[in-house]
Amino acid sequence: MLEHYGPQLVNLLAAVLLLLAFAMLSQRRILSLINLFAAQGLVLFMATGLVAMITGQTHLWWSAGVTLALKVFLLPWILHRLIRRLNVKWDVETLVNIPTLMIFGIVLVILAFNLAAPISQLAGTVTRATLGIALASVLLSFLMMITRSKAVPQVVGFLAMENGLFFAATGAVYGMPMVVELGIALDVLVAALILGVFLFQIRSRFDSVDTRHLERLKEE
Amino acid sequence: MSASGFIAQLTELLIAVVLAPLLTGWVNQCRAWLQNRSAPGLLQPYRMLAKLFEKEVVLADNASPLFRAAPYLVFGCLALAAAIVPTLGTDLPLNPAADAIALVGLLALARFFIALAGMDIGTAFGSLGARREMMVGFLAEPALLMVLFTASLISHSTSLTTIVETLAHREFVIYPSMAFAGVAFTMVSLAENARIPVDNPATHLELTMIHEAMVLEYSGRHLAMIEWAASLKLFVYSCIGLALFLPFGVAAGGDWLGLVLAAPALVAKLAVGGAALALIEMLSAKMRIFRAPEFLGTAFMLAVLAMLVHVLLEK
Amino acid sequence: MGAELALLLAPLAGAAVLGLVGHRRYAAELNVAFSLATFAAAARLVARVIEEGPFTALGEHFFIDSLNVFLVALTAFVSLTTSLFSRPYMRIERDHGRVSDAGMRLYHAMYQLFGFTMLLVLTTNNLGVMWVAMEAATLTTVLLVALYRTHASLEAAWKYFILCGVGIAQALFGTILVYFAAERILGSGMTALLWTHLDSVKGQLEPTVMSIAFVFLLVGYGTKVGLVPLHNWLPDAHAEGPTPVSAVLSGLLLNVALYALIRFKVLTDGALERPFAAALLMGFGLASVAVAAFFLSRQRDIKRMFAYSSIEHMGLITFAFGMGGPVASFAGLLHMTVHSLTKSAIFFTVGHAAQKSGTQLMEGIRGLVRVSPAIGWGLMLGAAAILGMPPFGVFASEFLILTTVIAQHPWAAPVLLVSLGVSFAAIFGKVQAMVFGEPSAARLAHRPALAPVFVHLALVLLLGLYIPPYLADWYRRAAQLIG
Repeated sequence: MLEHYGPQLVNLLAAVLLLLAFAMLSQRRILSLINLFAAQGLVLFMATGLVAMITGQTHLWWSAGVTLALKVFLLPWILHRLIRRLNVKWDVETLVNIPTLMIFGIVLVILAFNLAAPISQLAGTVTRATLGIALASVLLSFLMMITRSKAVPQVVGFLAMENGLFFAATGAVYGMPMVVELGIALDVLVAALILGVFLFQIRSRFDSVDTRHLERLKEE
Repeated sequence: MSASGFIAQLTELLIAVVLAPLLTGWVNQCRAWLQNRSAPGLLQPYRMLAKLFEKEVVLADNASPLFRAAPYLVFGCLALAAAIVPTLGTDLPLNPAADAIALVGLLALARFFIALAGMDIGTAFGSLGARREMMVGFLAEPALLMVLFTASLISHSTSLTTIVETLAHREFVIYPSMAFAGVAFTMVSLAENARIPVDNPATHLELTMIHEAMVLEYSGRHLAMIEWAASLKLFVYSCIGLALFLPFGVAAGGDWLGLVLAAPALVAKLAVGGAALALIEMLSAKMRIFRAPEFLGTAFMLAVLAMLVHVLLEK
Repeated sequence: MGAELALLLAPLAGAAVLGLVGHRRYAAELNVAFSLATFAAAARLVARVIEEGPFTALGEHFFIDSLNVFLVALTAFVSLTTSLFSRPYMRIERDHGRVSDAGMRLYHAMYQLFGFTMLLVLTTNNLGVMWVAMEAATLTTVLLVALYRTHASLEAAWKYFILCGVGIAQALFGTILVYFAAERILGSGMTALLWTHLDSVKGQLEPTVMSIAFVFLLVGYGTKVGLVPLHNWLPDAHAEGPTPVSAVLSGLLLNVALYALIRFKVLTDGALERPFAAALLMGFGLASVAVAAFFLSRQRDIKRMFAYSSIEHMGLITFAFGMGGPVASFAGLLHMTVHSLTKSAIFFTVGHAAQKSGTQLMEGIRGLVRVSPAIGWGLMLGAAAILGMPPFGVFASEFLILTTVIAQHPWAAPVLLVSLGVSFAAIFGKVQAMVFGEPSAARLAHRPALAPVFVHLALVLLLGLYIPPYLADWYRRAAQLIG
């Protein structure tokens, strides 16, 4: 039964991941944004666990555990603490209005699916169809980063991009070797911590975390 | 066309027309329970209809024949829509006409007539309501079409009976695209049936109402037909939702026993659906009218996404 | 055997120690000591490669061959000389009140850690670890760029972080795709990420996947090299941090990123029959040269101008590697070396010049040769060197590249010549104005350390006049690897 329903469930989780990426794109409140990010981490954890069960690869369990600890608990906790201390709970305005953003998002999704199609056909995993969705969520997080003017959503977009990449690795190649995955996790954690420190410095210097203040070094 | 099919068709139509106000009453009852107050009773919509039928019709001087005919036209379109959505059985005499696009067309026709009727007298509120209704419809219709197309892609046909048969009688497969389509459909039905968060059905005094604004000029039996049509619309949308996403219990063609079991199954599913609707209404706040396009735009995008996901994941 | 471990452990230990005592008076000397230890280990590795040829170490996790060993030596050397330069420079900065105690601790610890990550990228055999180290290199320098906490430096560091972070995420996707292609042939597990194994089976790797992967990797690592149009972070990041950081960013990190790109280019060339990777490298390289030359002439800040010069030269090197062939690759490697030495020397002099004049704007710096002949002549010679005037080494490599261009791709020659000419005129004119003229500079509290400048320039001069045979042989073998 697991062979039959397992891949379908993974496909369903992939679809939920894409849904969460779109939800993050259209979300206005920073608090909900961080919760959506934690939900993404949870979906990743479930998907990795499922793939581990289907394929019997034990290192994926470790991978899933690291994902759970890092992306569902640690990173959202760091982000929550950050916005509490920065006092940035207000509504986030986007640089482009939301319906237009959605249409861009759909175009990016189509692009990603087309790009990933030839690779998916060559894959030998049962979860190969999810590569397109992973690439799509990477591109959507990237879109979110460039259309936000406040710093904290940009940070969340950056972390969500890494989520998409992790999912791509899980779906296409059953996860990278453990050393690499641990290294990536460490990088992400350090990046989040550095960003936290950084935002404080920006905030103390500019009295705001609106990144439109950070555009003075343009070309003369 | 078999005998069972004929009976099934008639029963479906009767159930729809007779039980639609009961569904509305049930939703109000659930909402009252959730809000910790006492409801006016399950049969209140019927009492309202009875009261309205007995009252005299008061028409404006400049009301056109369209104004007088519109309630019946609207009711007729929605009753026909209720007839073609397979709720009890799939071997219906109206099968050849039961197309997804035709269904959307019928709903659009109903909306068209009521909008015209709203503008007919020439008051400000009527035009306001008509304008907003058309805006909501303009955005909701493509979304609804996309949802139905997703289901059609899965069952390779736009005929509603084929869709229901495919989804009900194939072995259980998890379709992520249907998950997206389900969310999109819920959002669309909330908008079309004038529910929170798009419109508030419980008050007649808000300046931001959509549906109520159009029918302010109606009275007596006309108003009764329109209110009945509104609850019929809710019923139709619920049945479409059940047919697409929870089609279990619908009898295959020609199955008498299945038909007998299908009726209670339908009632049970509708009850659960109504309670869920009340829960959604309670948990959301009515959004400002200029956010409605965003809401519906999201629904449309989700529906398109459902189609894309189907093409990618379920080839 | 111990040399590889020592090479990596020395800077790591340095980071740990300096993280605790980096604000003390002797911290700068400790910094130099750790860099010296790293350089000694690098020298030992060089000797070993010359004796034995390429070898893998620590269970195949590290791989040293002629391509990366000279980069390792270069990195360790420039780190050493930069640490010598940073001794008085950071003392002066601290006296001017621009850095606090905590800032000094951060600076010294991150300096060593940055060296560690760069050496890890260069010596690792595992492509995934290479990515992790590359990202770590970005992370260690982000806080350094923002060290002065001014508006401009915070903005520069933010741009640096976001743009390089996004870029590197694309590189991760490319690495995943390469792993995907490799897994089909080498089986899953660590061996499919080891470059030596991939190199042996590169002919069998799936072409479509490798070409898509290379595009992502080019976008990713190319952002770190500063290829146009992904270069936006570079002028700001190199201009706003402390000068030693600018020197190592310009001189070393760009080389390391290009090294990563070359490793993948070798694999892609093996997998595809047509010159796909080469064409992409040539295109981006040429665009970088042209665009950088154009922007360079409009700069008013001296460090930004030289940062654009770095973009231009890295574009030239990328173009050379794109052309391929023994002469062009040799020239590219030589250019990597001399550019690194020259650019860091220039940044040393520029740093002290800016300190003396109190500003980084070129119109505020005048008459350097009167105030401090060493700085003035250092800048003059450095500028002459980077502009490709004979007999400096840059002339030799540019000459080799241009002859290859005219021979193989004559359509690119006018673009290159015009761009080089434009930047020549711009830099020469501005440097002349800064070095001669009425002085506007003050005395400094500590004597500037200018020995590193002249050591670098002397090496560049040497390489221009005479390349020792073992070095030439070394370059040739590395060039052969690149193809």
